[in-house]
Amino acid sequence: MDTLLRIIKNPLGLVGLLLVIFWAVIAILAPVISPPQNQRSPYTISRIGFSSLPKAPSDKAPFGTTSGGYDILYGVVWGSRTAFRVGLIVVLATTLIGVLVGGLGAFAGGIVDEVVMRITDLFMCFPFMIAVIVMSIVLGKGLDKVILALIVFGWRRYARIMRSEVLSVKKRDYVSAAESLGASKLRIFFSHILPNSIFPVFVLGSLDIGTMVLIAASLSFIGVGAEPGYADWGQMINFSRNWLLGTVDNPFQYWYTYVYPSIAILTFVLGWTLLGDTLRDVLDPRMRKVK
Amino acid sequence: MARYILKRLAILPVILLILSALIFSLVMFLNPYERLAVFIPNADAVGSSIPFDELVARYGLDKPFYVQYYEWLGRIAHGNLGWSPSARMPVAKAIARYFPATVELMLLGGVIIFFGGIFLGTYAATHHNQTSDQVARVGTIIGVSLPEFIFGLVLLVVFYAWLGWFPPGRLSSWAEDVVYLSGFRRYTGMNLLDSALNWRWDVFVDALRHLILPAIAYSIGMLSIVLRMMRSSLLETLQTDYVTTARAKGLLEKVVIKKHARRNALLPVVTLTGSIVAKMLGGAVIVETVFNYRGMGMFIVTAAQGLDFSAILGFALLVGLIIILTNLIVDILYTILDPTVILE
Repeated sequence: MDTLLRIIKNPLGLVGLLLVIFWAVIAILAPVISPPQNQRSPYTISRIGFSSLPKAPSDKAPFGTTSGGYDILYGVVWGSRTAFRVGLIVVLATTLIGVLVGGLGAFAGGIVDEVVMRITDLFMCFPFMIAVIVMSIVLGKGLDKVILALIVFGWRRYARIMRSEVLSVKKRDYVSAAESLGASKLRIFFSHILPNSIFPVFVLGSLDIGTMVLIAASLSFIGVGAEPGYADWGQMINFSRNWLLGTVDNPFQYWYTYVYPSIAILTFVLGWTLLGDTLRDVLDPRMRKVK
Repeated sequence: MARYILKRLAILPVILLILSALIFSLVMFLNPYERLAVFIPNADAVGSSIPFDELVARYGLDKPFYVQYYEWLGRIAHGNLGWSPSARMPVAKAIARYFPATVELMLLGGVIIFFGGIFLGTYAATHHNQTSDQVARVGTIIGVSLPEFIFGLVLLVVFYAWLGWFPPGRLSSWAEDVVYLSGFRRYTGMNLLDSALNWRWDVFVDALRHLILPAIAYSIGMLSIVLRMMRSSLLETLQTDYVTTARAKGLLEKVVIKKHARRNALLPVVTLTGSIVAKMLGGAVIVETVFNYRGMGMFIVTAAQGLDFSAILGFALLVGLIIILTNLIVDILYTILDPTVILE
């Protein structure tokens, strides 16, 4: 509660929080704002007509339609669910793996730690973006494959941070005290070390929700992620590329095909970045001093 | 120092070996027929006359993992990375053709990222809590959240579709004709460098016009990261005792910042180099696609859409090699900049 208050007091943090809440409300109310045409596949963008030209915003489609009659408003609204799903699943899974791998490795120490860290190093050899692209290509098309690839290569940073935290925490006096009282190893790790070393992971996690959504969108944009017609912001922008240059008389003729999804991605990612940034300042006393 | 470098170079092959095994194990997700493309130098020509089953048997694609891996390594050692159906040429040749274009983009981007980031970061730190500092803080947060492809599209709409200043692609068609003429010598494959060496300044300007937008598009995010790091690092350095001493000696503020504070504040920025090179390689894939810039990134996206695995493997190997070498160089650079760090 204290943390939340401090976030709200910071103007940038407040903006971040409001943006995230805004998108959460949109995602929850998606079926009310844009009822799906086909109840069984709500993530397929509903179509208004089948015209090959994009149509400007009208009463029927307030944000206009892309070529093929895909409703842009529908895509933006349901795309928020996709974004939350990608961000939350990936960050939850990667933090869990990272905390366990890095934390237990550092706690066990010795050869276990050495082996775990060498494996982490190996995963570090690949630029994240390229690793994810290559992996999703090999796995095949679809958003679930992108999520899997993001998890496979995403845990490594959490493992590193967790390791360095645990290494410093496990030397503290209260850990020795618990040991001398005869607490079991598991108990020491989960109830003494873990709660005292997990904050940096939370900060990185909140920053990463935006980053992961951004990378998933980039992948859909280059045609490796979500399939055409799926309610995903990156895929929608990929769709609009053909209409980017407008016509000779009016270069901005088809502005609505790329402006709405772009704003959606930007505000979503910005919200999480601001929130994570403020969280770091609030939780890290050292940063508070410098600022 | 020399011993450390030798030691690092000695374990380089070991890391590469493990890396290549990891990359190759990806191929094992595929069935033997899909794997054919990775092995056969020219699948288009061979595939038509010989049945696939025979080819699978001939290249041992149904054998266990380690046998296949060993044979693949042997071919790689001879410079045979396989045939790329999407580029219609051997993978090694495709890399030689497209890689210089990406390097050119990365170099220009690197100049913008580091010089821009260090200069603006210094400015923000020396004007701490003034308007320009606040602008820099908010600007970098937006810069980090701005996806490369969206920023690229915005640049393209404004500067190409609307104003018509900077075209997409790598060269205008007339300049392309010049570059492929017999009189024009391709020293490096990088248009800027080659045209300067050939004394063709009209081609140089044309190449630069094509490079500027993509370079800006993918610099902005990393420039923000460097700026933030430079700012906070310099702010911390400015509070140290030796800076106070330098000021007390009556040195000009300019000298204090440039000669005393900034040099030490640069160290954390140097450690960023490794991750920035990695990010640039990833960013190149996106930005080249947006601007239709024919380099390694676009090549790999085309390969991905055509499920061209030999190209993807070759690309992954190249990227792994670049990252390992970059990290080595950064570590060495670090000892040169900071004498208190002793590498062992």
